[in-house]
Amino acid sequence: MAINHFDSPTGHIADNVAGFARTLRACGLPVGPGAVIDALKALRLIDIGNRADVFSTLQAIFMTRHDHAPIFAQAFDLFFCIAEEGKNMLDPVQPLDQARKPPPSASRRVLEALSRPAITSEREAPQGQEMRPSVSDLEVLQKKDFAQMSAAELAQVTQIIANMKLPQARLHTRRIRPDPRGSRLDLRRTLRGGLHTGGEIVDIHRLGRIDKPAPIVALLDISGSMSEYTRLFLHFLHGITNRRGRVSVFLFGTRLTNVTRALRARDPDEALAACSSVVEDWAGGTRIATSLHDFNKLWSRRVLGQGAVVLMITDGLEREAGSELAFEMDRLHRSCRRLIWLNPLLRYDGFEPRARGIKMMLPHVDEFRPVHNLSSIEGLIAALSQAPGRHGRGAARGLNEGHYARSR
Amino acid sequence: MRDPRRAGPDLMIAESALPSSVDATLDLLAKHGYFAERSLATVVFLSLRMARPLFVEGEAGVGKTEIAKVLSAALGRRLIRLQCYEGLDLASAAYEWNSHAQLIAIRLAEAAGDTDRERLSSDIFAERYLIKRPLLQALEPDVRGPPVLLIDELDRADEAFEAFLLEILGDFQVTIPEFGTVRAAPPPIVIATSNRTREIHDALKRRCLYHWVDYPSAERELAIVRSRVPGISAALSQQVVGFVQALRNRDFYKNPGVAETIDWAMALTELDTRLLTPQIVGDTIGALLKYQDDISRMQDDVVQNLLKEAATDP
Repeated sequence: MAINHFDSPTGHIADNVAGFARTLRACGLPVGPGAVIDALKALRLIDIGNRADVFSTLQAIFMTRHDHAPIFAQAFDLFFCIAEEGKNMLDPVQPLDQARKPPPSASRRVLEALSRPAITSEREAPQGQEMRPSVSDLEVLQKKDFAQMSAAELAQVTQIIANMKLPQARLHTRRIRPDPRGSRLDLRRTLRGGLHTGGEIVDIHRLGRIDKPAPIVALLDISGSMSEYTRLFLHFLHGITNRRGRVSVFLFGTRLTNVTRALRARDPDEALAACSSVVEDWAGGTRIATSLHDFNKLWSRRVLGQGAVVLMITDGLEREAGSELAFEMDRLHRSCRRLIWLNPLLRYDGFEPRARGIKMMLPHVDEFRPVHNLSSIEGLIAALSQAPGRHGRGAARGLNEGHYARSR
Repeated sequence: MRDPRRAGPDLMIAESALPSSVDATLDLLAKHGYFAERSLATVVFLSLRMARPLFVEGEAGVGKTEIAKVLSAALGRRLIRLQCYEGLDLASAAYEWNSHAQLIAIRLAEAAGDTDRERLSSDIFAERYLIKRPLLQALEPDVRGPPVLLIDELDRADEAFEAFLLEILGDFQVTIPEFGTVRAAPPPIVIATSNRTREIHDALKRRCLYHWVDYPSAERELAIVRSRVPGISAALSQQVVGFVQALRNRDFYKNPGVAETIDWAMALTELDTRLLTPQIVGDTIGALLKYQDDISRMQDDVVQNLLKEAATDP
């Protein structure tokens, strides 16, 4: 049976659990005050001399997502590190002494959270705001090519891009809600209304479908020629992946890699690190046709099912463009709702689609847009917010008439 | 508000049948063929004692759904299963009014010349016109004790449905506007599962105890296979588990879960297999791997290597 330490006059346990909860909060875990009370209740039920059980218990209550498991484990080890053999798990602990070195594997977030009280970090927050770019800086940044930015500018732009919201054209779902112009009869509400008139049905209530944003599937070229842009787009895609559901991201160079799961990590640096660990062909050559073939064969039915919008981000510079490229593009075009090609090469005023690969691909896209600076990305967002026309003549026509989207 | 839920004497007896410690929970589960890690037994125990829903996540086939089934068998409770899907709504998950029967009742009242509106409205929205779906059923008293409510694959339902679950999981009650609030006196044992194809909202997780179920260790998987596939020989079961464990270390698109291991072991015993050979692996691999691109990776040399790894495993 559980050993009851709760009646001890010092009341360390409540303090320790509350302190641990504060530490977790400082590490970015969403731990509410209710959870502390729950944790105390739960600890009464188990044997708190058993470290593993205490760990499982606190984890079940304080952790809500699997991604947080490593952070939780590190925080637990560090917070309760002096409670080793001979001492009780929940004996009083001091905030971690920097001199007593923690294991090097601990992440910086955990260490920072442990080494200073949470209040200090809140006070420091206003200083962080001064880092924001001023209005005039922003104007310059808007038009500047990503490829020509300094590291500091890139860091700013990364921040801006990561915070961009992506409103989206909406799709019908299978869920229903009351809708006066809906197509289905809402018998329940109709009957309820009928009761006021003694059973006579006067008003007919209706149900209609609920709309929700269309899925987005991004295919991002990570070959050498795109290397200046890749990281920024990944930040952009990470931002939208975490802010709304139904985003799938694939990277391709010489081969195709699905990084959707890697991008789901909350922390952008962690997500990008996870991406690079699964991708084997950073900044190498491009084999668009092969990559598209793989996508069509392996993924299109899984991710394009619900009327997805495809963002294809590549310069289209393919070494060995053959008829397969046109074939695969056509196939992709036919299996999605809208295919948008984002091409940084469009920044050049005199751009003409001369490269063989580009010529092959162009007839099969709905829109052809530049993505080399902030304002072009904003343009893309605006385009995605419009009602999605079912594809058709699209960019091919736009190009012939010489008025495809251009931001400079 | 009408609240017909009362705890009878039977319910009290059932309550006392809950395990009294983590070890007792571990034993109880093992006795019914579920070999859980200690950490899982801890959260199951806490969930039972604190009457909190348990939210389990993990890859497909690691035995998340099985927890609810085993708990229902071990505690002798009724199992109520709600399978989630896109578009799942209140009407299919909790309750629906039998509108056709209501319409007939209105017609009959009319024909009988009954014009008392108050009575008509309370007659029409009475319990007998209520069609109870799993969530409402789970709140009803049961002689065997509160039922086990399994909310399976919550990630398949859409976000809007989660919001509705908050009332059920937080307070164990459903509010029906025309009828009142139905509350479970002893709350049901709730197990919600997710394959993590999308993230479940924190508000919902906060009302639950959370646990991530991993693939089992070789030792545990061996115990599971031996208990689920009775006719299997010691040597074959060892080989099967060693092979599957080695397979999970490779990077396949969909790693086989415990369910697949059991399927495969059953298929092999059906075929009177004594020991694994590349030939028999090739013939039966469909029981283990479910994606063509994974199966196509199983060339002869890969199988040979896996068999070698399986043999060296303790």
